[in-house]
Amino acid sequence: MSPPAPFPDASRSQRLAAAWADPPGLWGFLTTVDHKRIAARYIVTTLLLLFLAGMVALDMRLQLIQPDMKRMGPQMYDEAFSLHGSTMLFLVSVPVMEAMALWLVPLMLGQRNVAFPRLAAFSYWLYLGGVLMLWVPHALGITPDIGWFEYPPLSGPAYGPGHRADIWAQMITFTEVAALAASVNIVATILKLRPPGMTLARMPLFVWAQLIASIMTILAMPAIMLVTSMLIADRMISTHFFSPSGGGDVLLFQHLFWFFGHPEVYIIFLPATGFVSAIVATFARRPVFGQVPMVLSMLAVGLFGFGLWVHHMYAVGLPRLGNDFYTAASMAIALPVGIQIFCWTATIWSGRPRFQTPMLWVIGFILTFVIGGLSGVMTGAAPLDLQLTDTYFVVAHLHYVLIGGAIFPLLGAFCYWYPKATGRMMSERWGVVAFVLIVGGFNLGFFPMHILGLEGMPRRIYTYGPEMGWGTLNLIATLGSAMAVAGGLVMVANGLLSLRFGERAGADPWDAPTLEWACESPPPCYNFEYTPVVEDLVPLWREGDLPVMDGMSLDSRELLVTSAVEGIPEYRQNSVGPSIWPLVAALAVAAMFIGSIFTAWAVVIGAVPIGIALTIWFWPTRQPATSGPFASRGR
Amino acid sequence: MIPRPVRIVGNLSGLPGSQHGARHLVWWGNLGFMVIEGTGFVLAIGVYLYIRSISPSWPPPGDARPDLFWSSLFTGGLLLSELPNWWVHRQAHFNRPAATRRGVLLMTLIGLALIVVRWFGLHHLNIRWDHDAYGSVLWLLMVLHTIHIVTDVGDTAVQALWLYTHVIGEDQFEDVTDNANYWSFVVVAWLPLYVLLFWLPRWA
Repeated sequence: MSPPAPFPDASRSQRLAAAWADPPGLWGFLTTVDHKRIAARYIVTTLLLLFLAGMVALDMRLQLIQPDMKRMGPQMYDEAFSLHGSTMLFLVSVPVMEAMALWLVPLMLGQRNVAFPRLAAFSYWLYLGGVLMLWVPHALGITPDIGWFEYPPLSGPAYGPGHRADIWAQMITFTEVAALAASVNIVATILKLRPPGMTLARMPLFVWAQLIASIMTILAMPAIMLVTSMLIADRMISTHFFSPSGGGDVLLFQHLFWFFGHPEVYIIFLPATGFVSAIVATFARRPVFGQVPMVLSMLAVGLFGFGLWVHHMYAVGLPRLGNDFYTAASMAIALPVGIQIFCWTATIWSGRPRFQTPMLWVIGFILTFVIGGLSGVMTGAAPLDLQLTDTYFVVAHLHYVLIGGAIFPLLGAFCYWYPKATGRMMSERWGVVAFVLIVGGFNLGFFPMHILGLEGMPRRIYTYGPEMGWGTLNLIATLGSAMAVAGGLVMVANGLLSLRFGERAGADPWDAPTLEWACESPPPCYNFEYTPVVEDLVPLWREGDLPVMDGMSLDSRELLVTSAVEGIPEYRQNSVGPSIWPLVAALAVAAMFIGSIFTAWAVVIGAVPIGIALTIWFWPTRQPATSGPFASRGR
Repeated sequence: MIPRPVRIVGNLSGLPGSQHGARHLVWWGNLGFMVIEGTGFVLAIGVYLYIRSISPSWPPPGDARPDLFWSSLFTGGLLLSELPNWWVHRQAHFNRPAATRRGVLLMTLIGLALIVVRWFGLHHLNIRWDHDAYGSVLWLLMVLHTIHIVTDVGDTAVQALWLYTHVIGEDQFEDVTDNANYWSFVVVAWLPLYVLLFWLPRWA
């Protein structure tokens, strides 16, 4: 055994920094492959879009605040809900969860980067392409206007002239390629870059959640890419996938869309449960009750998530036996989710809970999400759904699930990991104010929508007459939404001001158990000076010094690769450095995607620059051949 | 701010700089993309069967069936290509530079020949994509698979160029085995398509 090294020495950190630092300035910004920088820009972009989509939502609420409002006409309202839904689902919820994984997973595994750093950079640039694909045309007045799922025939060539539907479809392609690239990266990182001793059984629940969500992404996203490509083909080269007159079927679109769309709910929700597990353990000051049932529950959710898609289609007239099956499956998924809720409650109950802001968000999550889950059991039942579908009840349900079930834990996660990312604490007082405004405003805004739905108010209507009697509840809903938006602004202000005025956080301000709290706050470019060794589920709660291994290169970029199940060290992998080529490749792909809206030939011609960019990206730098017909003559 | 004190319990400097097969990190990335694309194929096959299920006959009345000759020739060639592919995989596994270079070049040429056969096959599907949904889904699956063939042959050609002009390291030998694995994936993906697209219309 080597002698103890109680504190890191300066020359060591300087050598590591020299190996892992980005070039300075703009060039460094464009070429970075640091998972933290990439994830941070992912997160900042999603937050910006969350703000924009929130503003659009508030605008819609203003339109509905009273009967017969004239703020928006039907076309503008159609555009508003399409933009809001598409942004929230494709440009905020899924990417922000992946971004949290890209930021946190390597830190939780004691690693210096993700498995494929350039793929992470490529993923972000393509995602940004998707953002611009939707919002630049919106600025130019070409906004998709038939909802976030764009069913044919409305989106088909006969009823959807112009490029609004194409823009929506290609925005999907951008974001889904980005999501798939991120997911493969996360899976490979989790399976092959765990620290010595971290068997699968010792893996934090957050990492399990991200692993299962990423595998779900890999299996679900091809469906949406396929179906939007088929839609574009119907529109562009006159294929007949969705035209009944040519032997196609509009319902085929819905099947493929929801084969992706339902798992997507869990792709968003599972990482959120990972946040909750991490926060609950730290703030209840004990490991989460029932690690094994928790993991099995997440696996069950991942599995069932693929068997529920038809419950979005009860009203289209499928065979009754099919509806019965999917009703039963929809009920069944409540069981593993219920087990998770039970385990968190048991952890808090049997721990020594501290109710600081991150933990408040967990409480807000549990209360709100249980309401959303129960209304989900209601809408999952085919007979009741036939009454409720396309009413405001569904709007209430989906927001309770997605905001309560995913965004609340996300906000809790921001509060929880903010000190790690910035080195400063957020104001606790303003954190509580934001929490009260957001959770209170949300419930005030969305609970009345259940009642409005039961009273028969359809979703996606731009106005209603005074004789319907919906005015009061809509007024309350709008006031609640405004309150929640105000809370969001308080939270953003808290985050920005704390960057400057917040208390210094130190490495581990919450006394948390997982490895990310073992490195400095904010983490340096190389994350850890030594490779941590893991002996149980809560490595930082063990008494004494942190066990680590030495021997990874200090002067070049190396990652420790370990076995997939046991976490036994296998070899030292050279890790690539900064490169401009992921950005160039993303630009080439973007040119092809955008071109393909106008001509099918863009797919063929556009493949050439993509091929060139990828070739240079992957071209290994080594010495010229010394053997064979092209051996270097200089030797 | 100083993170917590550490206690050194081991040294990793003796570990090798690369590994073979599933121990290698890139093998997992390759697997991930095969799963993505495999899922795409399975779903597209689902589309084919769905459209068949709502058609009164298969192919629909009045549509011709695709010719067997070129697709069968392609299938035979693809299956035979697995022999040199397996050989290249083995040469790369044992880090043999000369044989690996020759093998990857050979696989490039075989791939190019198969693309030519595929080109003729596309001209003997006997229906256009815009004729009806049957034509659309037939072309969907053919184009999907052709993209995979072309991409992999392009990748193999670039790899051959690199291998002939550089000293091959262990990681690059692993890249060759990953590329060979990917070719096997493209072969395996084709077999159900061949039965589905060219024989099912004859049995139905």
